[in-house]
Amino acid sequence: MEMINLTIDNKPIVVKKGTTILDAASSIGIDIPTLCHMKLHDMNIENKPGGCRVCVVEVKGRRNLAPACCTEATEGMEINSHSLRAVNARRTVVELILSDHPADCLVCAKSGNCDLQDLAQHLGIREIHYQGSQSHYREDTSPAIIREMDKCILCRRCEMMCNEVQTVGVLSTINRGFHSVVSPAFEMNLDHSTCTYCGQCVAVCPTGALTEVDHTGAVIRALSDPTKTVVVQTAPAVRAALGEEFGMEPGTLVTGKMAAALRRLGFDYVFDTDFAADLTIMEEGTELLGRLNKYLAGDKQVKLPILTSCCPAWVKFFEHQFPELKDIPSTARSPQQMFGAIAKTYFADKMNIKRDDLVVVSIMPCVAKKYESGRDEFAVNGNPDVDYALTTRELAHLINLGNIDFKSLPNEEFDNPLGESTGAGVIFGTTGGVIEAAVRTAYEVQTGKALKRLDFEELRGMEGLRKATIDFDGTLIHIGIAHGLGNARKLLEEIKAGHSEFHAIEIMSCPGGCIGGGGQPYHHGDVEILKKRQRAIYAEDKNKVLRKSHENPYILKLYEEFLGEPLSEKAHHLLHTQYFDRS
Amino acid sequence: MPKIKLAEKTVELIREICAQFNNQETELINVLHQVQHKLGYLPAEVQEVIAKELNASVAKVYGVVTFYSFFTMLPQGQHPISICMGTACYVRGAEKVLTEFKRQLGIEVGQTSADGKFSLSCLRCVGACGLAPVVLVGEKVYGRVSPQQVSKIIAEYQDGCASAQSA
Ligand code: SF4
Ligand code: SF4
Ligand code: SF4
Ligand code: FES
Repeated sequence: MEMINLTIDNKPIVVKKGTTILDAASSIGIDIPTLCHMKLHDMNIENKPGGCRVCVVEVKGRRNLAPACCTEATEGMEINSHSLRAVNARRTVVELILSDHPADCLVCAKSGNCDLQDLAQHLGIREIHYQGSQSHYREDTSPAIIREMDKCILCRRCEMMCNEVQTVGVLSTINRGFHSVVSPAFEMNLDHSTCTYCGQCVAVCPTGALTEVDHTGAVIRALSDPTKTVVVQTAPAVRAALGEEFGMEPGTLVTGKMAAALRRLGFDYVFDTDFAADLTIMEEGTELLGRLNKYLAGDKQVKLPILTSCCPAWVKFFEHQFPELKDIPSTARSPQQMFGAIAKTYFADKMNIKRDDLVVVSIMPCVAKKYESGRDEFAVNGNPDVDYALTTRELAHLINLGNIDFKSLPNEEFDNPLGESTGAGVIFGTTGGVIEAAVRTAYEVQTGKALKRLDFEELRGMEGLRKATIDFDGTLIHIGIAHGLGNARKLLEEIKAGHSEFHAIEIMSCPGGCIGGGGQPYHHGDVEILKKRQRAIYAEDKNKVLRKSHENPYILKLYEEFLGEPLSEKAHHLLHTQYFDRS
Repeated sequence: MPKIKLAEKTVELIREICAQFNNQETELINVLHQVQHKLGYLPAEVQEVIAKELNASVAKVYGVVTFYSFFTMLPQGQHPISICMGTACYVRGAEKVLTEFKRQLGIEVGQTSADGKFSLSCLRCVGACGLAPVVLVGEKVYGRVSPQQVSKIIAEYQDGCASAQSA
């Protein structure tokens, strides 16, 4: 490996050839400000259009300033990252951006989390010396995402996410010059496009141009309505990230404080989506074994591999892009929807609450869950199984509105019966977790033997595509895992071409799985945060007394009292779904 | 997404053009040029076929079509009128000429007159700055055009009834 010597701010440094000035500087603790650039290290995700020029530095002997994010360091370079010229240029760039930006900070959904705001602060901008006309574009509201293009700074991070990482291809820069905006084809609204609502564009947008639809107001109204019983469910990935919103170290588990906060906010019952994740395993696992055993018995008609179906963005993706494969995914609804269906039948009956008087709120790491809860098939006479899906960020907002000092809350438990879960339900929050949970149950049901180990390290990790073979007592089960829709696409192409080697595949739309969901606290490009959340999820699993879904006593009771057995007619009706050709 | 409802023949033509460029996404601009040359314009359905053939996203194709002013999504009139808006033409009154064309034809830039005869577009510098302001009707170049000449130019193309269309 060829090495290169250079100095940055008079500090000598040796880096690998090919390193950018930006990375070289950050390796010795010099943080050159950036705006359009974003790199998710180890995930092969990088946006470097070199467009904004905020990162310019002075290179001795070079006439013009060099953008650090996309200029390679070369032998003998002498770089000054904060010369007067560089700092002035940086300030000019930011002032020009601000001159065509609505001064909405005080009321902007992104305030406090906005890279542009931070940058203006960092550079000490107190006045904008340029005045020009401001570009205006209509606002676009979809079931999950709001596009407010007046706040777009054309960094193109969203385009990179949507096109390269997710391969959905909804967003592109259109028009020219002053009239440029990022938009779906033919300037149609997002809800007419093939957008999956994965929210990864929202997760990386540096400004308030892309945000989730806010349902906190509606939830507050429901909470203050004395005629309503309001129950809440919290997805597994939320407990591993919510603390960040209150200044806690990434990867801090806040399960108990979260339950306490929800109770203080006035929810009548604080339940757990992890319970429904266990239920998902009962249904999906049974479906998997059903198909597998038919196949092993020589039935070549049976559809394999079976694909997981808990991620609504993934579901919408294949409905648009691979409709011919729509009978391959499991028909099991996602945990969010299973919870809603059970809450509004089993639980409502038990408590003698009328369907219309029961409000189900879910707290999700996800933007697509907002869309999912609004799908027609998940409502009865217009009353949805899940009334409102809030993101982790929206919950933090509610907690602040409730004047709750989150950090000093005691740890509290979830309520029963829909709050009890096993470690298998918890790991749904990370890539690899759903399939590991399925393996734990499927293995024991299939072989009739107890597992000797519960930690399937071979299914874990952060690589975008992984595979593993699990020995089911002599029968080898081949498993594939993909996170990020671009990776999923590769596995789907194989299936379409008829040479997939897998029996079962887990797919999650977001890089990292739900821990990296579009509704989580913003990671600002720091992949370490995702890894810490992942470790927290596995730690929570380890701490659980029960770690296999089929051992959850409340799940067993639910089948006994209400559903009968997995894949029963009632289970089909309430817990399974169908997919549509949206091409 | 609008369902493709183009004639099979048109779809074939587009496929052929894409194939000439080896269905390479990097050839998108050339493909668009050729297709517009054959069809006169690039409506949404056409862009969808091109995107599919080149394995590019429709959004990207649309992005390119809207970036370059010589691509158009609307059918052109029988006599496409283009007004140069380069610096030289602009300072010598191209804007006034454009306003006059708009007024007399009753259409905006990018539109086609109801009878399908005329369409109006703007160009960036055509390199005939000595003749500024420049107007093109089809392939024919008119130099040093003043607003007063506009009705005469239009009349040339009005098939015999030279006095029509004076607002
Ligand atoms: S939500 Fe996902 S699919 Fe939709 S525009 Fe954003 S990145 Fe693309
Ligand atoms: S919408 Fe956001 S992410 Fe996309 S280009 Fe604009 S500012 Fe960047
Ligand atoms: S991976 Fe999780 S957070 Fe991301 S879209 Fe799917 S369900 Fe939502
Ligand atoms: S951050 Fe380097 S050009 Fe934008």
